[in-house]
Amino acid sequence: MEAVAIPPFERFYEEHRSEVLRLLRRRLGADRAEDAFQETFLRALRAYGRLDHGEHLRAWVLTIAQNVALDALRRTRPTSELVETGTDDASPAYEELAELTDGLGPKERAAVVLRYGYDLSYDQIAAALGSSPDAARQAASTGVRRIRRRITT
Amino acid sequence: MTVSPDLDRRFREAAATLGLIDIGFDVVDTPIGELLVAASDRGLAAISFETDDDRVERLARIAGPRVLRSPRSVDTARRELDEYFDGRRRTFDLTLDLRALAPFTVSVLDQLARVPYGETTTYGELARRVGHPRAARAVGTVMNRNRIPIVLPCHRVVGSTGELTGYAGGLDVKQTLLELEGAR
Repeated sequence: MEAVAIPPFERFYEEHRSEVLRLLRRRLGADRAEDAFQETFLRALRAYGRLDHGEHLRAWVLTIAQNVALDALRRTRPTSELVETGTDDASPAYEELAELTDGLGPKERAAVVLRYGYDLSYDQIAAALGSSPDAARQAASTGVRRIRRRITT
Repeated sequence: MTVSPDLDRRFREAAATLGLIDIGFDVVDTPIGELLVAASDRGLAAISFETDDDRVERLARIAGPRVLRSPRSVDTARRELDEYFDGRRRTFDLTLDLRALAPFTVSVLDQLARVPYGETTTYGELARRVGHPRAARAVGTVMNRNRIPIVLPCHRVVGSTGELTGYAGGLDVKQTLLELEGAR
């Protein structure tokens, strides 16, 4: 099967910007959502030239948005108050793999879902997590190890 | 949730300022209608007489998929085009991005760029100038696919008997440009 062509960024941006802003407003409130909106699409743009295919771009950009929101919340709240935000909305991928990835941290979960649920490259996952491809690979592999341990014990 | 024009503008500016886009484009208003003008960090990459999605799609084939509407990316080109249509500019000082074009195409366009304002030449003459005197038809194909019309003046190329032959923007536009330059 031929890979889905990567649309010009303009089309990708127009298609997903409203949903991204909606998600960020819900997480961060109207004021802080604007900076997070820019950060989300700049992260996506940084990785966009290295995409292997045009599949699952919606899940990808929503994951980036969720991680940007998480980073913003982390900057302003003590870690102990951090709420788990990964599963509640706008992320069908998480639902499918929810049972398996339950109990993973947000970054590990995102890495596992994007890698094994959506077959995205570590470059793309790195952009979503705001980390390096190596760190993304590590998060996915730690996540998988954890899942494996839980399944087998 | 609508993204406000201000937020939208700020994102596009940040993307261009940070050098994250392969091609920035905008729609430029001119006396011959709207033009889709696109530039990369190497220079002006495309001008199109149509502004639809399909044209935006084609821009991605020049330098990569990071194609974004970004007015500031084409500021210089917009200014020079304005001056040209005002009759205040006879040559363009823009650097051109001729990436992804075949060597023959580039050599023909290079000769085309030397055809002076207000003058016309023929397909056969251009073919002679690139050293392939029998390639008039191939030169016609290059004109037909010219990615940067107006700035690369394919409107100044006419048939051997002086007829206008063809033009991507329509023969009336070709006629208008030649009249603007005082060639007809």
